Amino acid sequence: MEKRVTFGRWTIGILFAVPQLLLIFTFFYWPAGQAVYWSLTLQQPWGGGNIWVGLDNFRSILSNADYWNSITASLVFAAISTGLAMVIALVLAALTDRQLAGSRLYRVVLIWPYGIAAPALAMAFRFILAPEAGFMAVVNKFWPGFWDPGLDGADAMASVIIAFSWKYVGYNFIFFLAAFQAIPRSLIEAAAMDGSGVIRRFRDIQFPLITPTIFFLLVINITESFQDSFGIVDIMTAGGPANATNLMVYKIYSDGFKGLDYSGAAAQSIILMLLIIALTIVQFRFIERRVHYR
Amino acid sequence: MASITIRGVKKNYAKTQVVHGVDLDFASGEFVVILGPSGCGKSTLLRMIAGLEEISDGTIAIDGMVVNKLEPRERGCAMVFQNYALYPHMSVAQNIGYSLKVAGVPAAERTQRIQAVARVLELEHLLDRKPMALSGGQRQRVAMGRAMIREPKVFLFDEPLSNLDAKLRVQMRSEIRKLHRRLNATSVFVTHDQVEAMTLADRLVVMNGGRVEQVGTPAEVYSRPASRFVATFVGAPAMNMLEGEVTLDGISLLGGSRKLNVSRTGLAVGAKVAVGIRPESVRMVAPGTPGALAATVDLIEELGAGRVIYVDLDGAPFSVVTSETVHPEPGSTIGLQFAEADLHFFSSETGGRLDVFKVSVPEPALQG
Repeated sequence: MEKRVTFGRWTIGILFAVPQLLLIFTFFYWPAGQAVYWSLTLQQPWGGGNIWVGLDNFRSILSNADYWNSITASLVFAAISTGLAMVIALVLAALTDRQLAGSRLYRVVLIWPYGIAAPALAMAFRFILAPEAGFMAVVNKFWPGFWDPGLDGADAMASVIIAFSWKYVGYNFIFFLAAFQAIPRSLIEAAAMDGSGVIRRFRDIQFPLITPTIFFLLVINITESFQDSFGIVDIMTAGGPANATNLMVYKIYSDGFKGLDYSGAAAQSIILMLLIIALTIVQFRFIERRVHYR
Repeated sequence: MASITIRGVKKNYAKTQVVHGVDLDFASGEFVVILGPSGCGKSTLLRMIAGLEEISDGTIAIDGMVVNKLEPRERGCAMVFQNYALYPHMSVAQNIGYSLKVAGVPAAERTQRIQAVARVLELEHLLDRKPMALSGGQRQRVAMGRAMIREPKVFLFDEPLSNLDAKLRVQMRSEIRKLHRRLNATSVFVTHDQVEAMTLADRLVVMNGGRVEQVGTPAEVYSRPASRFVATFVGAPAMNMLEGEVTLDGISLLGGSRKLNVSRTGLAVGAKVAVGIRPESVRMVAPGTPGALAATVDLIEELGAGRVIYVDLDGAPFSVVTSETVHPEPGSTIGLQFAEADLHFFSSETGGRLDVFKVSVPEPALQG
């Protein structure tokens, strides 16, 4: 006998799927379709309909050095913040899994950052990393001019990366810890009996067995670093100084809603979407091969 | 090959003590089985020998060297786990050869030794498979291979057969035995299955509640159980136990309804004792046979080669194993007879074996 639920008539199945399909259509395919349409037209700032311009919007964006600068900044941001958030979370989870002192505390405390809204978090980090007061002020006192995210593009990029990574460390930590704890204790013990030390066990046994989680988090972190960075950038640097932190997602907003270039912003969002799709495909094609699914 | 010396070993988890001071000596090359019910501390003891659990108190020495502070890898033990604990992302060959790889053995020698072990365990055709693609018995063999390849001084088995089906278990049992004869390494095998324990052991250690109840050959443990616990735990069906009280001229059983004629030696009148008799030592006779004990049949279990007859003896459960072809009806009355030499006596207070009794009246031992 078939164990799963089946429907005698396909119409019933369709009816069950309709609410979900409606939601996806209304909130994803329709807006995405609209964005594609806008990107191919020129929206007049004071209304009066769209003029069809074909790929002109894309041509003008891609020939703009500012835009390439934004892409580079986004890729740098994605690579460093994903790497930082994942490595820190992995180390913390590995230590917690070994039941070292304080592991209970980590477990509770580390999920909190993910629950904080990006603007609130960015506000906090704006104060924490302020050059004129607090810890960084002390550092600046000893090395004058060492830290000033308001003037130095690299410092500003570091600030948003720190804030973003801090938020995602907690998120990644929970997944890593769950993955570590899903590894049967006896596997670690068997490896210990086989003469493998702590580091070697991590490399040979635990790491390969959590590769599905690493892969999942890699995809999620990179995708989110392109999208979820908006609130942090807006509050902390507003894209500055000198566009140093003008990430793609922030440039869409500032060009569209501040510069009133709706069509250009729509074209940028299409490019961002294609970039994320391309990156995800690359990850599935080339990295997933090294994942050991159990 | 190595001897193992365990002295006053205790294990505490937070406030609860699970092993209360164990002293044992395992000779070099011996196959020792630690038998006990779940929670008796047998696995904990094994894991302390392996180095997977810290030793709270006492010492464990392998070949005369105290290993309390040594890492598992420094102790020269190999262990077979209950759930096999095979590395799921490695092939059979990689699983077996992992310890050699860690030890830095060159690839060529590694391959050669993996092949040799695989040949012994008949795993040669499976070397490229992942554990997922193996049957339970094959996984078990890979786990054994992983332990064997290191040529350890000591083999530790933590209930390795309990995940196998009955037929495979019997087969693996004899394979483990054969393997031991070949390798002749000191082996410690933990199980809760008394048949497994009896068949495998050179020497049996029976544990209960974190204490060693008895150490001896399987035959010794079976024929002279040191305590009431051992008497009822070893042997299937379990030994019958009848509660009694020492009187002036013998032992009054079952609250006075039956009487056993023995000359008391060394026990005070009024002392509480338990009288044990193995179901296979009881003979079934026609009811009314002189000296036989009358009992009512409750239930009959057919074993094929014989049958277990559960009877009611004035409210106390009692069982008889017989190979005779008689089929008494449930509810009917039968007579039971047994020789006094087959009786075991235990103190009701301590549970310890009492050998002070001499059964003085030859036949009948029991008066119904």
